[in-house]
Amino acid sequence: MPDLSYRAAIRHSLRDALLEDERVFLIGEDIGMYGGAYGVTKGLVHEFGEDRVKDSPIAESVIVGAGIGSAMAGLRPVVELMTINFSLLASDQIVNVAAKLRYMSGGQITVPLIIRTVTGGGSQLAATHSQNLENWYANVPGLKVIAPSTPYDARGLLKTAFQGDDPVIFVEHSLLYGYKGHVPEESYSIPFGLAEVKRPGTDVTLISYLRMVHVALEAADLLSQEGIKAEVVDLRSLRPLDTKTVTESVKKTNRAIVIEEGWKTGGLGAEVAASIMSESFDDLDAPVVRVAGEEVPMPYNKTLEQSAIPDARRIVEAAKSIL
Amino acid sequence: MTITLKAAAVDKKLALEFYRQMVLIRRFEERCAEWYGRGKIGGFLHLYIGEEAVAVGAMAKLAPQDYIVTHYREHGHAIARGLDTKKLMAELFGRSTGTSKGKGGSMHLFDASKGFLGGYAIVGGMMPVATGLALASKYKNEDRICLCIFGDGAVNEGEFHESFNLAALWKLPVIFLLENNGFGMGTRVERAHAGQSMHRLADAFSMPTDTVDGMDVLAVQKAMGRAVEYTRKGDGPFFLESITYRFRGHSMADPVAYRDKEEEDVWRQRDPINQLAIELRRGKQASQQELDAIAASVEDEVGEAIKFANESPEPSREEMFRDIVAD
Repeated sequence: MPDLSYRAAIRHSLRDALLEDERVFLIGEDIGMYGGAYGVTKGLVHEFGEDRVKDSPIAESVIVGAGIGSAMAGLRPVVELMTINFSLLASDQIVNVAAKLRYMSGGQITVPLIIRTVTGGGSQLAATHSQNLENWYANVPGLKVIAPSTPYDARGLLKTAFQGDDPVIFVEHSLLYGYKGHVPEESYSIPFGLAEVKRPGTDVTLISYLRMVHVALEAADLLSQEGIKAEVVDLRSLRPLDTKTVTESVKKTNRAIVIEEGWKTGGLGAEVAASIMSESFDDLDAPVVRVAGEEVPMPYNKTLEQSAIPDARRIVEAAKSIL
Repeated sequence: MTITLKAAAVDKKLALEFYRQMVLIRRFEERCAEWYGRGKIGGFLHLYIGEEAVAVGAMAKLAPQDYIVTHYREHGHAIARGLDTKKLMAELFGRSTGTSKGKGGSMHLFDASKGFLGGYAIVGGMMPVATGLALASKYKNEDRICLCIFGDGAVNEGEFHESFNLAALWKLPVIFLLENNGFGMGTRVERAHAGQSMHRLADAFSMPTDTVDGMDVLAVQKAMGRAVEYTRKGDGPFFLESITYRFRGHSMADPVAYRDKEEEDVWRQRDPINQLAIELRRGKQASQQELDAIAASVEDEVGEAIKFANESPEPSREEMFRDIVAD
């Protein structure tokens, strides 16, 4: 099977789910007739009809609520929130309802809801369309937050989401949709809470997720030219977080850098850094460094935006600062 | 506006059942207030006293397979739906034998076996969920409607508008039941809502609507019957506004500084339980002895519920970490 794009891998997974399970349906803004804002759901409405691929009004709260209610009633809906920025309009339903119904009902209610959304910047969409808010949701007990960086991971993790019974925030990145990678023909799933070493190394651990994994790999290439072997760990799962893989890596390299596209203060990097400190204090030869997006509302200007987002050069500098 | 034909509208057995349920709710709530004062019920306690006719009249028209989602002033809804008063009281006491193992409390009552799907503490938070429950019924071709109960405060939330629109647009089988008791916590409807008539909000969505005297259980069940009949046809949602009044404050913590006793007294003259009693005796459908017997059996039932709650164990610390995720 030739390489598949991230976009196509997700579309295939949605299509497989629609074919295999009658309970599955999709709902979101412009996912049907428009073909999806990022083209992920293109063609699906023509194949499965409007009952299973539902174009909704622009009303994030009720879109998510409709997903919650239908999940409670035994269906397996996939809600698309066009970007994570818009998820803020549905945050009551996501955080106060989806994440908490099982608990508040003492286990009586199950919410097998998948919310797919898109995070990140880099396309000059400015401040309200370029945020990384997945760490906000990773903070909430009751949710699962997944962030695949490759087509292979996207397909395997989405499969697990369909098999589970918990509300999942499945976070995609707009600049990854065209990225191609190998995806096997046969069916497979990747468990939640399992990070992956994308590139082995011995001198420093670079921990990241989504698009920053690719930037970290770029940085690892540059570092290797200087004889520094960086190990790149892709978290893949933000909640639950795989601290074991990170701990094993830091035991080997003794140095850790967490890279995130979002803001540093209260970011996911802070969580990873704190966790490394408590699990691997004796293994560390230097403090954990966080490389994050500049602490600004994303500016429109292209050059400014590019300088706000972490690049390979910044990661290389961070690595050298602790080696 | 639906006007009741008074007691002749329903048969004696049913009318007495309405009476029993309303008295049960009334006494349950009064005793909750008592035990809240004794420190056994904590947090927020929102009493349904005065509004009993709405819960009882509404639930009477639902089928066992129908879904219900409601707000935090929900004890009356739960009781009218037939939830076990022992398990309800145990939940309010935070015990492991409660409907949510003590982890939900007064504002989060659930009984999935009876389609009672919460108990939502965020004003309006249940409305989007109702659309989803109804959507599932339609998707699966089930004869199952969703009763969505909310207050006058929720009408001003964005989620109200979004839910009305989606339900109407997709013709979802939801009955939106508004309990308009004149106050959103301490704020009168006139100070919170710009429109002149809440039930007419349905017009904007081409949704059928009705308004009913929420102090008259016979009127409520009649209006609800029409709403249910319409909704089961599958042509879309129905908006039923019930005008009611809570005799007590918003919650036990409310000093009720925003209205006076004179106003409350006017409404107390329309106490739904008294009204039904008078009507039943006038129509010779019940004697005072029969009504007293009902009151006595209710007293026993609520007493049993309190005893059960008091004797039930507290949840373990380990319980706190359960039911967060499925795996």
